[in-house]
Formats: sequence, structure tokens, C-alpha cells
Amino acid sequence: MSAKEKVAVDEVRRVAELAHLQLNAQEELAMQRDLSAILEYVAQLNELDTVAVAPMAQVAEVLDGGTQADTPLRGDKTCASLDRNRVMVSAPESDGAFFKVPKVIER
Amino acid sequence: MMKKTLDVELPRVKDALTAIAAGATTAVALTQDCLSAIEQQNPVINAFLSVDKDGALAGAERIDECVSAGSSVGPLAGIPFGIKDVLTVEGLPATAGSKILEGYRPPYTATAVRRLMDAGAVILGKLNCDEFAMGSSNENSAYGPVRNPHDIDRVPGGSSGGSAAAVAAGMALATLGTDTGGSIRQPASFCGVVGVLPTYGRVSRYGLIAFASSLDRIGPFAASVRDAALVLGVIAGHDLLDATSALEAVPDYTDGIDKGVAGMRLGVPQEYFAEGLDAEVRSAIEATIEKLRAAGAQIVPISLPRTRYAVPTYYVIATAEASSNLARFDGVRYGYRAPEAKTLAEMYRLSREGGFGAEVKRRILLGTYVLSAGYYDAYYKKAQQVRRLLTDDFLAAFKSVDAILTPTAPTPAFRIGEKTDDPMAMYLADIYTVTASLAGICGISVPCGRSREGLPIGLQILGKHFDETTVFRVAQTVESLQG
Repeated sequence: MSAKEKVAVDEVRRVAELAHLQLNAQEELAMQRDLSAILEYVAQLNELDTVAVAPMAQVAEVLDGGTQADTPLRGDKTCASLDRNRVMVSAPESDGAFFKVPKVIER
Repeated sequence: MMKKTLDVELPRVKDALTAIAAGATTAVALTQDCLSAIEQQNPVINAFLSVDKDGALAGAERIDECVSAGSSVGPLAGIPFGIKDVLTVEGLPATAGSKILEGYRPPYTATAVRRLMDAGAVILGKLNCDEFAMGSSNENSAYGPVRNPHDIDRVPGGSSGGSAAAVAAGMALATLGTDTGGSIRQPASFCGVVGVLPTYGRVSRYGLIAFASSLDRIGPFAASVRDAALVLGVIAGHDLLDATSALEAVPDYTDGIDKGVAGMRLGVPQEYFAEGLDAEVRSAIEATIEKLRAAGAQIVPISLPRTRYAVPTYYVIATAEASSNLARFDGVRYGYRAPEAKTLAEMYRLSREGGFGAEVKRRILLGTYVLSAGYYDAYYKKAQQVRRLLTDDFLAAFKSVDAILTPTAPTPAFRIGEKTDDPMAMYLADIYTVTASLAGICGISVPCGRSREGLPIGLQILGKHFDETTVFRVAQTVESLQG
């Protein structure tokens, strides 16, 4: 078992950036330790030969022995949606119609 | 160990329905009994995060008016329920056990809850859970842990700890929980109640705050198998609002539930009885299997050879899907927004950092990592391939047996704080439940004994896709054979 951690700290930073999470230095080290341990454990999946195995993202394909046709979509007709007023009540900041956020573009 | 100090023992759902219809009790009386139990016990147990006393009593009154007037009422009329806080109920809080949704009130009601309400059920309030359903002990809630009513120094299990504890403590006649990797079955086992894992797609996920969309399922907790079967029959069925909900017809799950197990072939997989299984759990499970044999079932040793790969597979797939699902919590439309943020990017980062707990962050990071460029094939795609192999193991086993019997959890309820320092130790406790989660099959945990310290032990019964009927039949037999 190698003493080197499986995941480097700057990889933790890169992933945190992708996930829009801001970790402090302590959290970075803890996450490095935890992710390394978990990924070390996950590596055992390589013991299985999966060369000829199709990935399965949804169980739907086996739910009826594979005979089900494509999952039916509903008809394309306009139905009532959520009431806007009720939805906007939850907004941290809004003008009633739009969600307001800090500026996006630096001038 | 805490003994229940209830003045009133709650009836079974089935008996309560009869009593209300016959005028022997009222929906309001039943609701008041639950509200008293909540008032008495919730300060310690912490199962409920919010209680809607006025709404519940108003709903109960409406049912009582209909019963007095002789008009027809639904199949769950007057039955008080608790709802896990990852399910939306319009106007009631929904926190998902997280600070990021503190104060949030959803503008719509989950289909499963809508169906309960249309059937006449009374909604008491929202139940505590691990944050975003991520956990196996209910210690990851931002609102404090739930305590096991059988021993308040121990966990109730998770993530649906509140849902299981509420039934065990007599605070509700039944509850709804969710199960992604075992989050109904394991707390049911730890709390000595019945918990059902319906087949994936059996119950609509509309209104469920998503954790892992290919794994999440909604299911009932109850004090008896028959009660659980009744509730599943009400919430199950196709829903246009959930594109993954199944068209499969919903049978009457109580029909033939008493038929017994004579002539049934029940598989016992050797991989679930290896090292790591607590000796008292093993003997309770083995004793129950012997009772089923004596009741006429044929017990068949089987193998599910790739079982040991289930936990790593699960933690790659579930975290990957979670990282995607939890991207919506960004401070824009609802939930916590960090007030000090100056730019949009800062707002995303600080809101998520401030609102999410450590376990949620850990899983988002792991999920993001396994999906990221350079790692996708090695981890996520690999896990999806192993998922197919694990499912194949079950499909092969079900060619020769009608149902599969296993322990639900390797141990009885552990102590609060015992596993919180080591995430891996917590993940490994899911070993018996994640397999069924990945394969989409159905299952149940039914109480089958106690440890010497009086802690509940659960038997897990797994069935083929959409064969909940067989699972209920076996579970009902187990329940009837309990001394």
C-alpha cells in the first residue's frame, strides 16, 4: 500500500472549483484524506472483467425482462404550471418576475 | 434503555380504519393521541422537525364530518402520518435535513403525499432525516440527531431515522420515508418496525428532493406488514409527472397476504452471512429462517457472487448523481444565499459552503471527481458496468427462488457518535442493502427478534421487480410467527 495519498491537494481544489464549493485549508486536508481512502476502496472494482459489459445507467431496461417499449412521454400540449407568485415567494431576492443576483459581468 | 412512557398505545392502521368507520373512535381523537405523543417524546427523540397541529386537526375534522354524514371516505381516512422532510408538502417546511433549505416552503405537494391526502390521511408534520438523505444514522441532520426509541443513546438508523422512530415511538400510525442505499430498510431494522422498499419506478418521485435519481425510492413505514401493504397500495402507480414511474398495474397488496409460505422457494445467499455479521443478528436471522422452513418453505442456499463490489459501486454512482442533483442549490431561486457575496461566482460558492454539511460536501466532491474528465471511464462508467453484473446476479438467482432472505444490517443499532469519525466505516454498514438498490428490485425489512440488550433485529426479504406481493406474503408469515 503506497504511502502517497491517492488524491493530491490541488486535485481537491480543482474538483471543489468544479463543484462551486469553497473549502478552507482544514477542509481541504480532510477531504483529501477522505477522498483518497474512498477511492482506494473503490479501486477494487478493477478486479472485475467488464470488457464485454454494457454500462447500465437506468434499471428501466430490465424492469420487465427488457420488453418494455421506450418510456412513454406525455403528449405535447400546454398544461397549467406552477403559479409564479407562489414560486417567487421563496426567492432570496426578486422583483416579482425575475430572480435578482449579484452582477455577472465585470465592466 | 428508555421504555416507552405513552399513556395510549396507538392502534394498527387496519384497526383504526375499522374503529373510525364504526364510530368507536374519531379521526380527531386519533390525531390528538399522536400530537400528545409528539409533545411528550419529540423533545428527546427529535423525530419531527415541524408539526402542523392546526392543519392536522382540521383535516381530521373534515374526515369525521364525512363519516358522520355517511358519505364515503378514502382507504386511509383519518390515519395520521408523518412525512420525511425530503418530500414536499405545499405550505409546510421542507428542509431535507439541511440548513440550505431552512425556512423553505415548497409551492407544490409530492405525488405520494397527494395520494395519501386524497385517501383521507392526516398529515401531522415533517420528519427529521440525514441531510439530503445522505447517511445511515440520522447523525448528519443539520437539526440534530434522531434518537432510537428503544435506547436513546443509540441511532435510529438513516437516512429515514425520523420516519422509523416516529412509528416505533407511537407518534404516528405510519410514515413515508425514502430509500436510496438502504435508508428505509436499515432504520426499520434498527427501530423494530416494518419498512418497505418498493421496486424502482413503483412510486412516483415527483416532489422528492432528489439525491440519486436512478436509485431514489419512496416507501412506507408501519407497525405491521399489513399496514405497510395498505399504504403502498395507495401511493403506488404511474404518474405523468415522473418520467421514470412504471406503467405496471398496482394490485391489492393485502390480497392473499395471509397465504403463508408453503411451497415457496426462499434463497439464502452465502455472501450475506460471512465475516462482519454480528453473532446475535446471525442467530436471530437463522432462527427465523428455520421457522419459515417449519412453515413449509423450501430454503435454498444461493450465491450472489459479486456482492462485495456493491458498496464501492453504489458510492460511485450515488455520489455522481448527487453531485448533479445538488447543483441546483446555488442561492439563486430558493434556499440560503450568502449575504456577503459580491459576485455571482462568490454567491454560488459561499451559499453552498455555508449551507451544506460535511457529509454532503464530501459526497458532492467524490461525485464530481468520478465524473470529471480523465476519471469518468475508470470510475463512473466502470461502476455502471458492475451495476449490470450485480443486477444479473439477482436475475439469475430469481430463476430458482421466489424471494431472498438476508439480515438487513450487520449489527443492531450502534451508539450515537460511534461511527462519525470514519466515513468508510459508516459506508460499509450498508453492505446488505445497497445491492437491491442498484438492481432496482423490491424488498422489506420486518422485525424478527431482539438482541440480548433488547435492540431490534430486522430480516430483509428481497423480491423480483414488481413482485411486492410475494415479499409481503413472506413478511406477513415472519410477523405471525414472532413469539
